[in-house]
Parts: sequence; C-alpha cells; structure tokens
Amino acid sequence: MSSSPAHPAELSASHNPRDPYALGRGHGGHGAAATGHGEGGPASKRVIVSYGFWIYLLSDIVMFSAFFAAYAVLAGETAGGPRGRDIFGLGRVAIETMLLLLSSFTCGLGSIAAEKKDMRATQLWLLVTGLLGFAFLVIEVQEFAELIEQGAGPQRSAFLSSFFALVGLHGLHVGVGLLWLGTMMAQIAVKGFKPNIRRRLLCFNLFWHALDIIWVGVFSIVYLLGSGL
Amino acid sequence: MMLGKLDWSAIPFDEPIPLVAAAIVLVGLLGVLGWVTSKRYWPYLWHEWITSVDHKRIGIMYIMLALLMLIRGFVDAIMMRTQQSMAVGGAQGYLNPDHYDQIFSAHGTIMIFFGAMPFVIGLMNFVLPLQLGVRDVAFPTLNSVSFWLTAAGALLVNVSLVIGEFARTGWLPYAPLSETTYSPGVGVDYYLWAIQISGVGTLMSGINLVTTILKMRAPGMSYLRMPMFCWTSLGSNMLIVAAFPILTATLAMLTLDRYMGFHFFTNEAGGNMMMFVNLIWAWGHPEVYILILPAFGIFSEVFSTFSGKPLFGYRSMVAATLFIVVVSFLVWLHHFFTMGAGADVNAAFGIATSVIAVGTGVKIYNWLFTMYGGRVRFPTPMLWSLAFMITFVIGGMTGVLLAVPPADFMLHNSMFLVAHFHNVIIGGVVFGAFAGYTFWFPKAFGFQLDEKWGHIAFWPSLIGFVLTFGALYVVGLDGMTRRLQHIEVDEWVPWLHVALVGVGFMMLGVAAQVVQLVVSIRDRERLKDVTGDPWDGRSLEWSTSSPPPFFNFAVLPQVHGEEAYWGIKQRAIEEQRLGPEPEYEAIEMPRNSPTGIITAFFATLIGFALIWHIWWLAAVGFIGAYATFVVFAWREEEEFDVPAEEVARVDRARRAARQSWLAERGETPA
Repeated sequence: MSSSPAHPAELSASHNPRDPYALGRGHGGHGAAATGHGEGGPASKRVIVSYGFWIYLLSDIVMFSAFFAAYAVLAGETAGGPRGRDIFGLGRVAIETMLLLLSSFTCGLGSIAAEKKDMRATQLWLLVTGLLGFAFLVIEVQEFAELIEQGAGPQRSAFLSSFFALVGLHGLHVGVGLLWLGTMMAQIAVKGFKPNIRRRLLCFNLFWHALDIIWVGVFSIVYLLGSGL
Repeated sequence: MMLGKLDWSAIPFDEPIPLVAAAIVLVGLLGVLGWVTSKRYWPYLWHEWITSVDHKRIGIMYIMLALLMLIRGFVDAIMMRTQQSMAVGGAQGYLNPDHYDQIFSAHGTIMIFFGAMPFVIGLMNFVLPLQLGVRDVAFPTLNSVSFWLTAAGALLVNVSLVIGEFARTGWLPYAPLSETTYSPGVGVDYYLWAIQISGVGTLMSGINLVTTILKMRAPGMSYLRMPMFCWTSLGSNMLIVAAFPILTATLAMLTLDRYMGFHFFTNEAGGNMMMFVNLIWAWGHPEVYILILPAFGIFSEVFSTFSGKPLFGYRSMVAATLFIVVVSFLVWLHHFFTMGAGADVNAAFGIATSVIAVGTGVKIYNWLFTMYGGRVRFPTPMLWSLAFMITFVIGGMTGVLLAVPPADFMLHNSMFLVAHFHNVIIGGVVFGAFAGYTFWFPKAFGFQLDEKWGHIAFWPSLIGFVLTFGALYVVGLDGMTRRLQHIEVDEWVPWLHVALVGVGFMMLGVAAQVVQLVVSIRDRERLKDVTGDPWDGRSLEWSTSSPPPFFNFAVLPQVHGEEAYWGIKQRAIEEQRLGPEPEYEAIEMPRNSPTGIITAFFATLIGFALIWHIWWLAAVGFIGAYATFVVFAWREEEEFDVPAEEVARVDRARRAARQSWLAERGETPA
C-alpha cells in the first residue's frame, strides 16, 4: 500500500491478493484489490462505490417504471380534454433528445479528460454537459408553461397528470444532476483529481447516461406513441 | 401566513387521551434528557452513538427504536381490543369513531414501518458484516443517514399525536378515501411525509447491504459459503431495492393529487383508484417478504446452532429463498381479488400465491431435519424459533385458504384476515426478531440475557398470542369485519373478551421482557460472555470477542469452507491450540460523522413544513440538507488509522480468553 490509501479491508485482504479478472487493478490508483467474488476478499473501493451506485440506478429505474405504468394506464383518460396528438410537438422533442444525447457524449469526453487528469479539458466538457442539460431543462419548462397556459395543465385530466409527473420526474432528475455537476466541478477545481472525487465523477457519468436511457423511454412511449393517440 | 395551516386548533385540547399520552411521553422524554444532562453523558452519546458510523452501533440504535415503537404500537393494540370489548350494543366505549380510525391506522403504520422494519434492518446491520468477516458495511456514513431518516419518520408519526391528527385511512391510505375530498386534514399528509422520509432511509439501507453482501466478503467466502442469514438478508435487501421505489412513486402520486390537484387516483377527470391499490400492493406484498426473509435466516442460524448440526439442505434453502424473492412479485393481486379482475386473473394470482407457500414449506422441512438427530438445546432463542415453526405453519395454511379466490370473497376484509396476517407477522417476524435479539445480544453487549426471565417472557407471549388471534379467527369466520369501532352482534362478544384476555397475557410477556433486560444489565457480571462464543456458534461473528472491537476483526478471517468458524474452532480443539498469531497491521476505519443526524434534522423540518404548508420552512430545510451534503462531500479525511500495536493489543486479549477456554475444555473433554 505504497501510493494511496486503500480501503480498510484491503489491508489484510492483501495477504491473499487474488484477482483473476484483474477488475480491481489499474483504476483509480487503488492497487491490487479483489473483485468481491468471494475468493480474494472485499472488492476495491472503486468497485464498491460504482457497484452500489448501479444498484441505486436500478432502484431509480424501478421508480420510473411505476410512473411509466401509471402513464400507460391513464394515457387514454383525457376526460374530454386534449389528447396526446393535440399537444405534443415532435420537433421540440427532437431538439430535446439531441441536447440530452449530446450532453451524454460530452460527459463521456469529460470523463476521458479526467482519466488523463487534464483539468482544463475536464472542466470544459463538464461545463458543456451542464449547459446542454440546462438548455434541455429550459425547453421542457417552456413546454410545460405553454401547456398550462393553454389550459392543458396536470389538473385537467388524469392523462395530463401522469404526463406531467413522468416527464417532470425526469426533468427533476436532470435538475438535481445539474446541481450535482456544479458542486462537483467546484470540487474538482478546488481539490483536483483525488480518488474519491474521481469515483464521484464515475457515478455522475452513470447517472447521466441512465437519464438518457429513461429519456429514450419517455421519448418513445410518451411522445412517439402519444402523438398517434 | 408564516405558519401555513398551523394554528392553535391543531392541538386537540378537547380530547384527553392523546393529550395525556403526549404528556406522559413528554415527561418521559424530558426525564431521559435531564438524566443524560445531569450525568454529563452528552459528549459520550454524541461521539460514541449519535455520530457513529459503526454498523454495530447503528444496528443497536435501529433495534432500540424498534423496541420503543413496538411498545407504542402495542398501546394502540390494547386500546383497540378494549374498545371492541366495551363498545357493545348501547355502550359506545371510550374512543369515538374518528379517534378509533386514527388508532388502527397508526397501529399498522407504526408496527410495520417503525417496529418490524427497523428491527430486521437493525439485526441485519449488526450481524451481516460480522458474519461476512469484514469491518463495516459498504457505505458507513450512508448507513448512519439511513438510520436517522428512519428515526425522523418515526418522530413525525408521533408528533401527529399532539399537533394535528393522524390518517384515518388504515395503514395503507387507499384512494380515493385518502384524497383531499374525503381526508381534508393533515392526517394523510403526516403519513405521506413520514413514510417517504423513512422510505428513503430504507432504500439506502437496501442498496448499502446488497453492495456489502455482494462485494465485501472475507477472503475465501464464496456465495455458497455464506451463512444462511446472509442469504436471506440478500434476498430481503434485493426486494427493498426493487420494491421500495414503487412505494415512493405511489405515495408521490398521491402527494401530487393532494397538494397540486393531480388526478392519479381521484374519482374525477379519469383518475383510477384501483391503480393505487395495484401499485401499493406491488410494493406491499414484497414488503411482507422483506420482513420475513431475515427472520427465516435467524431461525436457520438458531436451529443449526442449538441442534449442534449444520443447517440441513443448505442449497435447497438458498434456492427456496431466491424462489420466494422472485415469486413475491407475482402475487400482489391476492390482496384485492374482489376488485373484479375476472376469474382468469384471480385464478392465476391464486395459484401463484399457493405456490409461494412451497418455498416456505421447503424451509420448514429443512429446519425439522436440522433438529432431527441433533443434540438439541432449548435456550430462549430456540423457544421463539420452535413457537414460530408451529404458529407460522398455521398462519401459512390460513394464508393458502385466503389464496383461493372464492374463499377470499367470503373472508375479504374480515377479522379472519386480520388474524391471518398477525399470525404470520407476529409468529414469524416478531418471534424471529426476539429470537435474534436474545441470540445476538451477548455478541452486542458482552453479556447474555437472563435465561429465566427469557422463559418467563416467552410463555405468556405465546399464550396471549394464540388466545388473541385464535379468537379473532373465530369471529372472522362468524362474519365480523375488520376496523369496527362498535360491535352490534352479541355472539362475537365472548370471543372478543377472549382476545382481550390474550392481550393481557401479552402485556405480561412485554413486562417480562423489560424485566429481563433490567435484570440482565444488573447481573451483567454473572452473565458475562468471556469467550465471545456463548452458544457454541458456527459462523464468523462468534470468532471475535463480545462485544467486538470497533474494527470487528484484527485480521480478516480466511474462509476455507461452509460454517467458517466451526471449522476453525474444531481444528483448535483438536490441536489444543489456537492458530499461529497473525502479523498485525494498521487498519483504516471510517471517521464518525454528524451527517446522518443533521440530514435527519433537515428532513424532519422539510416534512413538518410540507405537512402544514409552511413553504418557506421547507425551502430552508432543502437548503440546509444540500449544505450538509456539500460539507460532507468536502471533508478532507474520511478515515483514520488504528495503529498495529493497538490492533495487536486488542486481539491478544481475545486470544488469551480463547486459550484459557481451550485449556478448560481440554481438562473436561465434552
């Protein structure tokens, strides 16, 4: 354990450093560490943190699936109000999709830059990611405001309730992601690429990509299918 | 308006019962706080407990919260049973319908979310890292946040006793009754925010423990070498991760309906009230397995330890556990066969429900065969486990009865159903929790619980439980529906009196448990667990001292087979010596952090503010929570070093105790 602090458990586990797939090696400066498959003892902190975050993302996707299910049940319940094809503008959604997918790309570029410990490039790409996400959010809020103005707010019908809740929940995630991103950029600027900050960056990447996956679901199930209804 | 909907009318000055209850609680609370202050225990409490990120301390705090809340929920139960025995014919009893509805709602909510859940999560927290042979859970500070959020939820529910009201909707706030049209008060809002806040804590616990089990095990501990409790905990936590987000989503939808006029579950504008019932039970049925699976694990450990044999059918037990995990998501509709989904759908869910009993049946036979041919001992944990086996089989069979849709049409919403789920939850989860509590108590505190008082607590609890719910089965079959504030059928009355007598017995049991704790603390020298292995245990938690050092293991154990500790122990007995002294190295342990309690403080603030529509306070709470998060993220040092000499000193003391135990055992061979 020469270079960097290891997870407490690794210190004694290192008596028996077996890592057949080399999954714990070579990333994040954590030296030899195990995979957690049982043979070599506790996994490296990097593996533990990202694994835990994956589990969180799965749970988040379950939460979204409940909102998707509610939308599926209520999509036809327009109560005499507007239907999907009356209110969805596919052009706007296409722009939103572009912005979000692009932001995932730049987010990936940011993580490559961080891997190289290139401060300027990292901050630049993260900033671009944040701006794209912000632009997405602005367009979404604009859409919501227009709908409410037209009298097609969430109180109008069960269909609109479920629409606003599902799309709004995704937007809320993007918003929280932006707050997280800003905080993390400040942290990288002040503290540099410390192992714990790089782990957070990894988690942020996972989070941001997961939001894309959910957006693909929103895009296809709500907007594409909905404009046919 | 600065205080939103909150004003003096929120405090029920005209109702003596909640006020007196609250006064007693308040006096008790002030007494404890005063005692802590006068003894100058605050620094100790703050540094050793409140800010602790040690999984053992957090587990113990979870269990303390659970015990407190079990008593709180039991008081509600006593009130319901007395009311139903009194309010017959012309008599109205002492609880008006409004108050009675709040009491049964609070009883269910508190017992499930703040009694049973913290109890099993506390046991898992305490035991898992010890059994896995590691030093802490995957995310120690997050663990502390989880606990304090659960405590915040419990606090909010209890605040509703004095400020405002609690829900009158039952423990699951079925829509549209829970919508603002029919529940305009703050009762449902208390429910929603208390459960959301504690639910976030539970979800994070689930993520934490799944990661711990899958990614942090001692060297050599492959999946099929894990103790059974680890397996069932894995199942339970996977269910938490998969099911609790559905609860969060469902309650969020109801919140949107109530606060912003959405139409998820309303009668108007296309809302679908049956969607609420579907969603809530898509969480709710896995939830009962979240509770019972850890209890199954405890029973497995207890039967195997006190029969002096390895668990029979280990692999079939693993398979049965995972089978239950999967199938628990395929049965939710049996909670509302009467919805009108049609015969085909009902039949499918009825069959799935019957099938899930097969997994449990496998377990029952495995436990029986574990005892068969063993040298069985009968200390308190074993008594609870045996009582579980008998009562749970009965509860399971009434469950299979209810799984038959035509029978369910008759028994739906009856006292028979109430008796059934109390039969499985008390006979399964609560008995399991008490078995675990007495089994691992010496590990946690270094002295055993008094056996005599353990037996004295056990028998009246069992008798009372059988009397109460046996009687409720009968009145259920006689057509009595649940949640009645007033009884109009004379034939039910004798049985309700039997149930009341049963509650009396259970009160004796509760009192004896309290006495057991007091007596054990008083006699802790006599009951001292010197070796760290008081029960002749088989898994790794018994290889360390009692109580374990905060780093659990001086050196991570090397696991060479199933029942990791049993193998090590047998070798030591055979060779009449411990293994060679290991080479001690410095250990890094996570630092304490007040993040948990500060987050919970702001969460309580947010919850309270949203319940009473005090928007500025909610904003303050959110900003505070974010600031806490940033401060935590900014910390410089996450861990501190325990020097090798300190590790060596602690471990040599443990080895000395073991060595003298070995010597004694050598002189009088068993």
